[in-house]
Amino acid sequence: MRWDAVGAVIFREWLVFRQVWNSVMFGSVVEPVIYLLAFGYGFGALVSQVAGIPYLDFMATGSAAISVLFTGMFPGLINGYFRRKESHLYDGILAAPVNVAELVTGEAAWTGLRTTSVAAITMVVAAIFGVSLEPTVVLALPVGFVGGFGFNCLGAAFASRLRSTHQFDFVIAGVVVPMFVVAGTFFPLDDAPAWLRWPAMMNPLTHTTDLFRAAAFQVGTVGEIAISLAVLLGFVAFAWWLAVRWLTDAMVD
Amino acid sequence: MSSTPAIRLRDVVKRFGPLTAVDGLTFDVERGLCFGLLGPNGAGKSTLMRLLTGGAIADAGSVEVLGLAMPDRSREVRARCGLSPQTDNLDDELTCRDNLEVYARLYGVAREIRADAVDRGLRLARLQDRADNSCETLSGGMRRRLLIARALLHDPEVVLLDEPTVGLDPQIRQQLWQQIDEIRTAGKTIVLTTHYIEEAERLCDLVAIVHHGRLLDLGPPRDLIVRHIASRSVVEVYGDDPTKRRIAEAADGRGIVHRRAGTSVALFVDELDGLAEVASLRPGDLDHHLVRPANLEDVFVDLTGQDLG
Repeated sequence: MRWDAVGAVIFREWLVFRQVWNSVMFGSVVEPVIYLLAFGYGFGALVSQVAGIPYLDFMATGSAAISVLFTGMFPGLINGYFRRKESHLYDGILAAPVNVAELVTGEAAWTGLRTTSVAAITMVVAAIFGVSLEPTVVLALPVGFVGGFGFNCLGAAFASRLRSTHQFDFVIAGVVVPMFVVAGTFFPLDDAPAWLRWPAMMNPLTHTTDLFRAAAFQVGTVGEIAISLAVLLGFVAFAWWLAVRWLTDAMVD
Repeated sequence: MSSTPAIRLRDVVKRFGPLTAVDGLTFDVERGLCFGLLGPNGAGKSTLMRLLTGGAIADAGSVEVLGLAMPDRSREVRARCGLSPQTDNLDDELTCRDNLEVYARLYGVAREIRADAVDRGLRLARLQDRADNSCETLSGGMRRRLLIARALLHDPEVVLLDEPTVGLDPQIRQQLWQQIDEIRTAGKTIVLTTHYIEEAERLCDLVAIVHHGRLLDLGPPRDLIVRHIASRSVVEVYGDDPTKRRIAEAADGRGIVHRRAGTSVALFVDELDGLAEVASLRPGDLDHHLVRPANLEDVFVDLTGQDLG
């Protein structure tokens, strides 16, 4: 691994971000505010407690996890597609002494930094809305990084397989939406039918959400936290491997 | 100075499904030469460029760059080659300077000399006054100059220029040729693909004529012309079909080699005597004609029976 090449890929993302940070940050703040207003107050009026914590707390952490999914996955999927098929940025990067693994790692690491900040912003917004957070909430930051890194790799892997922009729909409807719904983000999985339990337990977003709750409210046993960490890290390793493999297939004839 | 050639191909084959894009290419490119790959679109030139930079892997045969076998030593090869791709992939989200800065980092240009390399690149592209403008605002010629400058940031030994002037005005093309001349003068090996005759003749020490992935002939442009074209001059006579037919018949009568090409009939003659001979053929049919030296297009047509297009 050439770490300076990974750094160069991150540097490019930083240069672009520097020009568009205001619109990106606007989204990062407004999205959790809308979720908290709509679900927290709207839905929260109907339910007071969920899984042993107030509904507002429950869905605030769920909303942080969803932001990590979207902010991680969509750049991987959409940028991944356009940089390969339209702007040919990947052709340029890979004609330099840079390997696909370094390219994937650099983009995912940058996205991880972004999802870390999104998780942090969501927690701050939640605190302003009256969610009381434990000091361990700072541990949500590394979780935000790891989750975003993995979701970005997953998006990048699918992006390498797409032949046209119409196929985005397959990934969004077939992968992103199910992940988003079956993860215990806005409603708990405790009462879900048994056949839904397993997919939910395999869903990295479920574990991102649980780890956020563990960090923010110190809920969950050590065993549960260990399982969530193991599943999330296993997912990240698999998604990274898949992205490298599929993008290599797409870029080298 | 190593004696290994800059590029060595042996029986290289590359297929894409049923299409054989490169079909048994064998040749060497010695260091310090400007080597041209001349052929129509679809001849396999771009595939060959991708074989040299790791974007494609040969199905058979061996590809070596600077004595390093591809694709095993791909990273070392890419570190010592610079590529200006046919498809413009400047980073439109960045300024000219940032484009160069990012690529200097991707190529591992050391921090101490990076700023100088970027400044030199801007100077070479003659874009110092546009350094902080977005690439989106550049004209086609400027973009090409920046793409070539980008390929030189890390002071590569081999410079690969894939159709460097395609789609540009003749005047802009002249400017780019000047830029490419500067690279030659710096002693670098250049591999250039083109389907422009003048470009190959003007820039290249050695030209390989490729068609359907095969090498048809290889040599200095002048030698290729002497080898394949009997005469040094060509008179192209333009006119309607009956005119062209009458000219061809008259040429046959005098034993003058000729061929029909699009809107003209080309007569292969030897300088002044030959011109007089053509003039005497059918004076009335020579209202629109052009006298030019024999060129690589004639060689290509001689070898393939087709226009270079």
